[in-house]
Amino acid sequence: MADFDFDVIANNLPFLWQGLQLSLLLTLLAVVGGIVFGTMLALMRLSGILPLSLLAGTYVNLIRSVPLILVIFWFYFLVPLALGRPIGSFYSALIAFTLFEAAYFSEIIRAGIQSVRKGQVHAAQATGLNYWQTQRYIVLPQAFRNMIPILVTQGIILFQDTSLVFVVSLRDFMTVSSIVARTEGRLVEMYIFAACVYFVICFAGSLFVRRLHKARPA
Amino acid sequence: MIEIENLSKWYGDFQVLTDCTTQVASGEVVVVCGPSGSGKSTLIKCVNGLEPAQKGRITVDGLEVTARGADLTKLRAGIGMVFQHFELYPHMTVRENLCLAQQKVLGRSRDEAVAKAEALLHRVGLAQHIDKHPGALSGGQQQRVAISRALAMDPVAMLFDEPTSALDPEMINEVLDVMVELGLEGMTMMVVTHEMGFARKVANRVVFMDEGAIIEDRPTEDFFNNPNSDRAKDFLSRILDH
Repeated sequence: MADFDFDVIANNLPFLWQGLQLSLLLTLLAVVGGIVFGTMLALMRLSGILPLSLLAGTYVNLIRSVPLILVIFWFYFLVPLALGRPIGSFYSALIAFTLFEAAYFSEIIRAGIQSVRKGQVHAAQATGLNYWQTQRYIVLPQAFRNMIPILVTQGIILFQDTSLVFVVSLRDFMTVSSIVARTEGRLVEMYIFAACVYFVICFAGSLFVRRLHKARPA
Repeated sequence: MIEIENLSKWYGDFQVLTDCTTQVASGEVVVVCGPSGSGKSTLIKCVNGLEPAQKGRITVDGLEVTARGADLTKLRAGIGMVFQHFELYPHMTVRENLCLAQQKVLGRSRDEAVAKAEALLHRVGLAQHIDKHPGALSGGQQQRVAISRALAMDPVAMLFDEPTSALDPEMINEVLDVMVELGLEGMTMMVVTHEMGFARKVANRVVFMDEGAIIEDRPTEDFFNNPNSDRAKDFLSRILDH
C-alpha cells in the first residue's frame, strides 16, 4: 500500500476530465440519436406496411448480429470513402453508436408501443385523430413513460460501451486513464480509479432507475 | 342516419358477424343486446370503422364507412364513441382529454375548445375536476368525462359499447342518467348494453343478437312483452329474473 501514489490522479485531473466529458457527450448524443432513429424503426416495424416493416426488421436483425466494435470500424473506414473526405473519429464513432444503439432502442420502443392498450388507439381514432396524431399524442407519450427505466438502463450500457472508441484513437475516459497509467507508470492506481468512476456513474444510474420504478403509478 | 346492410365479418376462419342488417334513424335510440360473444361490440365497432368488415355496407349520415379508401378520420370525427373501459388518456388532464381532438381534428382554437369542455363538464356535474388526471376520478366520473369527450366533437350520432359493464353497481346510474338525458334530447344513439331498464326507458328499438346474427329487431315494448325467438326469451328470463 505504501508504494501507491494517488497524487497521479490529481496531477492529471484536467486531462482525465476531458476524457470523461467525451465519454459523456458521446453517450448523450448517441442516446438521443438512437431513440429518435429507434422510434422511427419501431414505427416502421409496426406500421403494417410490409416493405417498411421488412426493411426495419432486416436492419435491426443485421445490426444486432454484429459486434459493436465492427460497426465502429466500418463507419470509421466507410464514411470517408462514401463522402470523399474524412469526418473525424468523433463523428464517425457517433454515427456508429447511434445506428448501432438504434437497433436496440427500437426493440425496447416496439415493446413499449405494444404495451399501450389497444383501446387507447381506438379511443383516439374514434375522435377522428389520424395515425400520426394518434402516435404523437396518445401512444408514444404513454409508451415512453412505460419505457423510461429500461431506456436509462440501455443508456448505462451505452456509456460503458463508449470505452470501445479507443480503436479509432478517440480519447475517451478509459483511453486517457490508460495513457496516464502508462506514461506515469501508475497502472494499479489508475485502473482502480477508472473502475471507481465507472462504478459510481453506472451505480448512480441504476439507483435512478430503481427510483423511477418505485415512482411509477401502478 | 346509420344503415347497416348485410354485414358479415370473419376473424380468420371464424365468422363473428353473419349477414347483419339494421338501421338507426335520426333521433332514434337503439339498444343492442345479447349474450356475451354474440358480436354486439364487434358490430358497433364496425359502424365507425374501428373494425373492418369483409362483406356488406355501412353508411353513416350518407357517407359509406365500408367503401374502399373512405375518409375514416373525417367520418369518425362526426360519430362519438364511448367504451367499456372509458379509455380516457391517462397522461392528460380531463381538460386535455376533451380538447385534444377539438383542436387537432376540428381546428378549434384553444379558447373555443376549453369553453366547450367546461360547458360539457358542467352539464355532467364534473366541472370542478377539469384539472385532474383520469386516475384521480372514480369509474363513474371517468365514464361521464368520456361521454363529454365524445360530445365535444358535436357528433351526429353516439355509439356506446357496454358503457356501464366495467362500473361498480353504485356508479351505474350516474352514467345512465347522462345517457337517458341525451336520448331524450334527441341524440341518435346506438347502445350495446345489458341495462334493460335503460332500454325500456329510452330505446325506440331493441336489436337482439346471438352468435353473430341479428335474431330480433323490434320496437322496445314488443321485444320485452312478447319476444319471438326462444333465444331472446331465454336471454330475457335470465337477465330479468334478478
